[in-house]
Amino acid sequence: MKAWRLPPPFLLLLPAVIVLAAVVIIPLLLSFWSSLTPFRLTRPDSIYQFIGFRNYERIFTDSEFWIAFGRTVLLLTFALNLEMILGLGLAMLVERATRGQRILRTIMMFPMMFSPVLVGFQFKFMFNDNIGLINNALQSLGLTDQAIPWLIDGNLAFFAIMVAEIWSSTAVFAIFILAGLMAMPRDPLEAARVDGCTPWQTFRYVTWPFVMPFAFIAMTIRSLDVARAYDIIKIMTDGGPAKRTEVLWTLIARTGYSDAKMGMANAMSYVAILLSILFTFMFFRQLAKARAQIAAEW
Amino acid sequence: MDINTAHRIKKSLLKALTLIGLFIAMAIICLPGLWIVLNSLRPTVEIMAKPPVWIPRELSFDAYVAMFSGVGQGGIPVLEYFRNSMIIAVTSTVIALVVGMAGGYAFARYRFPFKTGWFLGLMLTRAVPGIALSLPLFFVYAKLGIIDTHFGLILAYVAMNVPFTIWLIDGFFRQVPKDLAEAAQIDGCTRWQAFWRVEYPLARPGIASAGIFAFLTSWNEFALASQLTRSTDSKTLPVGLLDYTAEFTIDWRGMCALAVVMIIPALALTYAVQKHLVSGLTSGAIKG
Repeated sequence: MKAWRLPPPFLLLLPAVIVLAAVVIIPLLLSFWSSLTPFRLTRPDSIYQFIGFRNYERIFTDSEFWIAFGRTVLLLTFALNLEMILGLGLAMLVERATRGQRILRTIMMFPMMFSPVLVGFQFKFMFNDNIGLINNALQSLGLTDQAIPWLIDGNLAFFAIMVAEIWSSTAVFAIFILAGLMAMPRDPLEAARVDGCTPWQTFRYVTWPFVMPFAFIAMTIRSLDVARAYDIIKIMTDGGPAKRTEVLWTLIARTGYSDAKMGMANAMSYVAILLSILFTFMFFRQLAKARAQIAAEW
Repeated sequence: MDINTAHRIKKSLLKALTLIGLFIAMAIICLPGLWIVLNSLRPTVEIMAKPPVWIPRELSFDAYVAMFSGVGQGGIPVLEYFRNSMIIAVTSTVIALVVGMAGGYAFARYRFPFKTGWFLGLMLTRAVPGIALSLPLFFVYAKLGIIDTHFGLILAYVAMNVPFTIWLIDGFFRQVPKDLAEAAQIDGCTRWQAFWRVEYPLARPGIASAGIFAFLTSWNEFALASQLTRSTDSKTLPVGLLDYTAEFTIDWRGMCALAVVMIIPALALTYAVQKHLVSGLTSGAIKG
């Protein structure tokens, strides 16, 4: 008698499902429950007190939350698009280099080797208005004679965070796009050259469709990371000055730990997850479209 | 000027522009790193000097000596942190890659019900904000008694890395034409051999880039590590970085020195894995 066997795709996916269930799904159920309670870390018993969707109702009328929400979307949109353009440019520059490519590729990934905590400290120090590298350089070059309060002015602080974010993550796009470029078959490129395409046409109609899926995968990963991690902002400004750089995750952390309203913080997290779902879905649609264009089967 | 000269000029101009662009890009990328190295080697007075001191007057390895000189003498348990980081990052990367290859292959080669749903669902597990995850995870880990262990962090990092290793490796397996594996099977390979001899080498750039990304993610992760570790039994380097901050002051020099210690292994590993970014396809062994 032949033993009943799982079909191969399920067997192959099983390890992933097990790990994710253990580490993500179970804690997620726990935190979802706590978002329906007035849970405070200082009063552990409060986790048994069910209050339904009251936390959510309060969030929906909380303007502070929606401002942070909007600012997160702004940061995501600007940072991701700039990172993708810069990453694409970087990958193509490196791919073109004829000599020292291995070293160039390693340098290209250099910012990824900086822990986000470190990036936060590093840029906090560089943007320091008194002793920071950037003001010192500007003053030594005679471009300005007064200290620019990078992290103290609300708008500048947002800009400084964006710079740190872009500096640290352009490499993520560059590495995936470069790997895509490297895996690209050469024949279509030669064919395009024989057919007399200009470099721009070759890029637009041959190279770009090929690397696009990888760019979108990087977009998805990055959008999720930006929407969930908070190390850089936490360390650089912690949402300040006067909440001008408050984004979702600093707000959630403050609500959960400083104000000790864990239930409320978890409710906020679930609204924030909706944002991530939206972005993931959007990029997935584009990924599927990009794949359809190069006639890959889904 | 005839058309050939014009063409040649245009070509060398383009090349020069590429080189300049490359140089500027690399300079921007490297500057903060060089700044860290420089600051780890010079006295704090000079780091904080106003007006700035661009060319250091004296260099010393004091910060490094202090760091390794043991707890109680201004040092931090850097060797323990280093060992923990290494074990946790390497193990979780290898597991994430194996799980990711299995999953990515399943998505790239098989059809099954609710495929899109599974694919999206996987990635969405990464959408959970750390804060919604870390505290409940802490409770679960506390119940299981795996707080402050290597195993706990490895498990968490595998879960963090698996969604995108699957997405990425799937993407690269898709670029490998199906016919190649089928041809190999007709030539007498088993499915398993066809995978290792044909499909795997061609998807290698993707696997290598996923590996680099996974390693660096776990090497640098801070939020979960700071929650799930307690002592030198499992604290990792990014958590150790905070040993240099007091409530109102930051020991910049010590922190920079630790940063250098953190970056060097990552740099060495990335450099070593580089060569796998080039696939068999481009080396001309097989035409796609």
